Amino acid sequence: MNSLLLAVIGIAMVLGGYFLYSKYLASRVYRLDPEYATPAHTMNDGVDYVPTNKFVLWGHHFTSVAGAAPIVGPAVAVIWGWLPAFLWVTIGTVFFAGMHDMGALWASARNRGQSMGMLSGRYIGARGRSLFLVVIFLLLLMVNAAFATVIKNLLIATPTAVIPTWGAIVVAIVVGQMIYRWRMNLVLTTVLGVVALYALILLGDAVPIELPENSAAPFWLTMLFLYAGVASLLPVHVLLQPRDYINGVQLFIALGILYGAVLIASPAVVAPAVNQNVPEGTPSLVPLLFVTIACGAISGFHGMVSSGTSSKQLDKETDARFVGYFGAVGEGLLALGAIIAATAGFATLANWEETYAEFGNGGVGAFVSGGASIVNAGLGIPDGLSATILATTAILFAATTMDTGVRLSRFVVQEAGDLMGLRVNKIVGTVIAVGVAMGITFSMGAGGEGGLQVIWPLFGTTNQLLASLTLAVIAVILLQRKRNPLPALVPLVFVLIMSVYALIVQLGTFATNGQWLQLVLDVIILVASLWVAFEAAVAMVRAWRGPEVVEDAETAAAPSSAGGTDG
Amino acid sequence: MSTVRRWWRDLSDGLREFYVAPYRRTFARAQREEDDLFTLIVLSEALGVPNPASYYTIELLPLIHERVHEWHTRMGMDRSPLENVACC
Repeated sequence: MNSLLLAVIGIAMVLGGYFLYSKYLASRVYRLDPEYATPAHTMNDGVDYVPTNKFVLWGHHFTSVAGAAPIVGPAVAVIWGWLPAFLWVTIGTVFFAGMHDMGALWASARNRGQSMGMLSGRYIGARGRSLFLVVIFLLLLMVNAAFATVIKNLLIATPTAVIPTWGAIVVAIVVGQMIYRWRMNLVLTTVLGVVALYALILLGDAVPIELPENSAAPFWLTMLFLYAGVASLLPVHVLLQPRDYINGVQLFIALGILYGAVLIASPAVVAPAVNQNVPEGTPSLVPLLFVTIACGAISGFHGMVSSGTSSKQLDKETDARFVGYFGAVGEGLLALGAIIAATAGFATLANWEETYAEFGNGGVGAFVSGGASIVNAGLGIPDGLSATILATTAILFAATTMDTGVRLSRFVVQEAGDLMGLRVNKIVGTVIAVGVAMGITFSMGAGGEGGLQVIWPLFGTTNQLLASLTLAVIAVILLQRKRNPLPALVPLVFVLIMSVYALIVQLGTFATNGQWLQLVLDVIILVASLWVAFEAAVAMVRAWRGPEVVEDAETAAAPSSAGGTDG
Repeated sequence: MSTVRRWWRDLSDGLREFYVAPYRRTFARAQREEDDLFTLIVLSEALGVPNPASYYTIELLPLIHERVHEWHTRMGMDRSPLENVACC
């Protein structure tokens, strides 16, 4: 199989989904109305609710949802061969992620821009809302541990990425100053920022930094958590905002480089379509594939972004199709790029099998080395430099996510403290948030060995659980309005079954390996999943039996505070 | 030439929006919190808290006046806590 052909088929499939399926969803299922006054207009406050050009909004939405996860998941999952991962990403993007993201946007826009947490309270019940908080907390817990492990692995595997990784922090701080203090033109600032970032990549490529083998992993992990803790305490305009911005711009550049290289080089996919020769200890494809690739096929996190910020900026309701569905298409293409890099960028099948010698082993490392040889063949950029570029891209994403993740976990800790009547200050909250994440990471050994293959599927499962909640909310709304609920119901049932199945499979693994902390987490997530299934079923039966609901939230006068509460 | 200039301006505006929008809420909230603290300081004498700077802050009372209603409702008080500043 030629990788160019694979890319063309994949792009055709997701674009077909956009032009055909999303059109059906827009006209028949969600019935998007160009005349509908969106919350951005009715509640315009110049802060949260601002009508925004659909292309700018898509840019935000896409860069908020795309991160390291759609790279890591597919890169781990190709161990079962490229075909299962390819099919799950493309079909998932078309029928799962696209409808989910677009649906979350629509549901929120029809409910005064409320966040998914509020909507699950309204459509699933009071317990739905608490359930939502539990799932969010679990997801945050997992994301910090998983991403620290991802970055640590990359820093060890690609020592040339060390300088750009840490140097990017300085670039971001300077960019922030250029914008706020010196009020420089943003086009100029952007160009300077990107040039500085690439200069650091060149420097890093010339000066690799390798640490002694046995101290590298604990050192990087400690540094990363320290960074995330400090960064999450800084005001956002100092570091997080410029960092996010440069990452967003860099994402488009990196995607351009990767797809451009595939287009020119069109290397053959060396990995088998379906790997009959999986290494020992690899869990079975069903159900683990479906939780290993969450972002890129369907991810609950998107519903948070859709309903948290994007829905409040929707200029016209019909824009939901472009912003939501096409946002998912963008992420699907990123995942597709990761699949191609991790399966086609190897000289021989033996090389590939060597990289994927153990489950969770290939991962981002395979994406980086595979992608690098494709970029080298296509654009003539030296192998090492290409690897540095790709590794830096992945690390920057994961690091920003960690920063935000720790920040959000701190809010949760502080809120939980408030509920218990304790006043938790910023620093204590951060120490608790970082401490728990470090505990999970180091519980697998001082080097966080094998962290990824344990934590990653758990992270995926939690993410799918969040997606199930959103899908349940959408299904209830569709049932209430007596419209075809199948576009939401089929993905919901599928995702829930796969998550529960995966949790049970992993439960066995943890028990045999004696990984008790992970076992406890697994049980908590399992209970939450069954709880979601139960609550969703009850709410759906109620909506199905109930009378047709035609009015929107504006006329229904739902008693709740305006605006979202998340973030 | 004017097309190039317009194109440049559109690009700058688009990038600015891309930079600012995700954090608009965060900054608005931070500003509101700072304003609330400032309001509290200006009103402190009226609330019975001795304020060494009241000689200066008292001049600011009329400027704060408009904000008082919003401030006390946000602080969880239905009625104005001030005897001499009636607002609702």
